[in-house]
Amino acid sequence: MSSAPFTRRKFLLSTAAATSSAMFLAACGGGGEEAPPAQSSASAIPQSEIDKAMDTETTLTFWTWVPDIKNEVKLFTDKYPKIKVDLLNLGGGAHYQKMRTAIQSRQGAPDVTQVEFQYINSFTVGEGSLLDLTPYAPPTLKDSYADWIWSQVNFNGGLWGIPQDSGPMGLLYREDLLSDAGIEVPKTWDDYAAAAETYHSKNPKSYLTNVAPNSGGQFVAYLWQAGVRPFSFDGKETVKVDLANEEAKKVAKFWGDMVTAGTLSNKPDGNDAWYQAVANGTYASWPAAAWGPVFLQGTAAKTSGKWRTADLPQWDASTVVAGNWGGSTDAVLKLSKNPIAAAQLALFINTNKESALKFANEQFLFPVLNEILTDPTFLNKEFKFYGGQKVNEKFAQISETVSPDFGWLPFMDYVYTNFQETLGKAFADKTDAVAGLQAWQDACVKYAKDQGFTVT
Amino acid sequence: MSTTVGSARPAASDASTAIRPRPRLTAAKKRQYGAAYALVLPFFIIFIAMMIVPLVYAGYLSVFTTKLIGGTSFAGLENYAKAITDPLFLTGVLRMAVFLVIQVPIMIGLALFFALALDSGMMKLARFTRLSIFVPYAVPGVVATLMWGYLYGPDFGPFAQIGTALGLGPPPFFTPTGMLFSIMNIVNWEFIGYNMIVLFAALRSIAPELYEAARVDGASEKRIAWSIKIPGIRAGLLLTVIFSVIGTFQLFTEPQLLRTLAPTVIGTAYTPNLYAYNVAFVNQDANYAAALAFLLGVVIMIISYLVQLGAQRKERRS
Repeated sequence: MSSAPFTRRKFLLSTAAATSSAMFLAACGGGGEEAPPAQSSASAIPQSEIDKAMDTETTLTFWTWVPDIKNEVKLFTDKYPKIKVDLLNLGGGAHYQKMRTAIQSRQGAPDVTQVEFQYINSFTVGEGSLLDLTPYAPPTLKDSYADWIWSQVNFNGGLWGIPQDSGPMGLLYREDLLSDAGIEVPKTWDDYAAAAETYHSKNPKSYLTNVAPNSGGQFVAYLWQAGVRPFSFDGKETVKVDLANEEAKKVAKFWGDMVTAGTLSNKPDGNDAWYQAVANGTYASWPAAAWGPVFLQGTAAKTSGKWRTADLPQWDASTVVAGNWGGSTDAVLKLSKNPIAAAQLALFINTNKESALKFANEQFLFPVLNEILTDPTFLNKEFKFYGGQKVNEKFAQISETVSPDFGWLPFMDYVYTNFQETLGKAFADKTDAVAGLQAWQDACVKYAKDQGFTVT
Repeated sequence: MSTTVGSARPAASDASTAIRPRPRLTAAKKRQYGAAYALVLPFFIIFIAMMIVPLVYAGYLSVFTTKLIGGTSFAGLENYAKAITDPLFLTGVLRMAVFLVIQVPIMIGLALFFALALDSGMMKLARFTRLSIFVPYAVPGVVATLMWGYLYGPDFGPFAQIGTALGLGPPPFFTPTGMLFSIMNIVNWEFIGYNMIVLFAALRSIAPELYEAARVDGASEKRIAWSIKIPGIRAGLLLTVIFSVIGTFQLFTEPQLLRTLAPTVIGTAYTPNLYAYNVAFVNQDANYAAALAFLLGVVIMIISYLVQLGAQRKERRS
């Protein structure tokens, strides 16, 4: 899947080396207050059962791609010494394939597994292989997150995973290059288009940014920001595919027009040529997610101090809205023989403050918990690479502006791959982007129907 | 071998067996039979486990359909009917046919040329040359493709830089028409050496008396090459052609890796094998992928058979 869209997962793998230097702080036993309060609801698991399960010798299997996650898991096993956790890092593309194989053969599947927001539905479709965590989680869990994050994991009558990290989108830009070209940081997309033209006319060999024909994930995030809700799934047999509505056409035409005019480049991203181009200043900005800043530090180290972060340009100048690009959860499989302990693992590492703060400050996963998004050790970190800007603070603000209720199809793999053959191809060939968008829509509808879905 | 023939012979004809009592003879034979079976057993176990079982399983999969909604149901030959009218699959097969017609003759032609040159004994540094031509075959296909991918690179590759310096712009390695030739070049680079070694080995086994006789008759080296050497290695040539046909239709690694560099030029169905892979792992349709793989196998068998048939006819005619 080397050509799969540019995802957080790849980013994590590529920065694994950088983050592994994070020092492990010896955990000194978690406080007892994380244990969920006793519940009266009929469906909730009684606290006594949880206590019993957590005091029973158990081995859990946990599949993840997050580097150094053993540090967070250790906090958990220190608190619950009778639980042993086998960690398995399957790396990039193989993760979901291996999960599907294990689920299908009903053996060797993990108890807890990493699942990105956009792939949850591909595991709830049909019989469904994810455990609804509602009875295992404290009823107040919802209050720990912004609405848009909660809506990514809690839908169709279930809580399908515990959020771990997210990717609210902002604009990363080269402060030096823009000011050399006399360009203000664009506030609206119209400004951005004008800036792209100015920038390219002053620097014929470089561009304000690149429109990657292979980055379906980024384009979907643009749609998210523009208020387009192209996908939904009712959890049963009905999907909505609405990629070619007027709002979406506007977004496709916006990028397509600049590519056709030659004011933006249209090279594939996530490969060596693209990394070099970012490092040598061919691109003066990059609309990227909250995981972008650390990513750039690794790939464009020699441009340190020259980057800044701002809000994404807006469609409507009177409001500030962002989209989200990437993010993942820890989910529990129905096949797990120890669902209580498995659910507690997923809950603990992602909601225990010490553990969640570790993810944010040592592995640079952009946090989802309100508690971390307001934590001073996280917010006040100054990034030399960004000229001392408090990048986390900026993205924490952006996170509050992400619009809620963005749904996903149960087959996003196909949707992203097909992007390269339709809309992405239109970008690459400089042909009509709106026609490309329509082709994308048609292919996704056809696939959905072939797979037996009712398409609305 | 003698043991299998032994039982058919009259005992009297063989002095050594005649004096032995029958039961002991059978025991000895049994031991030998046993040893023979024991020796081929590992092969058959692996052959059945790794070839026959997966093939049967793939065949079994190919007559079902599995949908995300509705699950698995028997489909008979529906997947095959879909495949033979699937434009993506057919375009891929056609693209590989074009690839075959252009690339294989170039590759075999060059391999033959090098083999003849080395065999002529008139070259200096023959051993070094032979090794140099063969070395690319020892480079794994993945590494070769990554290397060529870098060389082809439209932004930072050396060819692009030379082209830009000369004011010609980067060469069109990754354009929709250029890509097929770029891949052909990689495959040539990888496999000329291999085919050369096969042909060279065949040339070494031609009896030198034939050359002497030809020279006595006044044949030139060219004439010897054309009339003795090439006909003499017909079997080797046929072998390399058939391997190349199979290799071409199974093309996967090179396009799969070049996809990261040119994702919109090499689509999910650029080659039939790539298509089957994407159908299985992106579209999550293992059943249809199995049918595609079977059909591809049939196409390869038909073309290999035609190549062999053509060669046999030629032989009969001459």
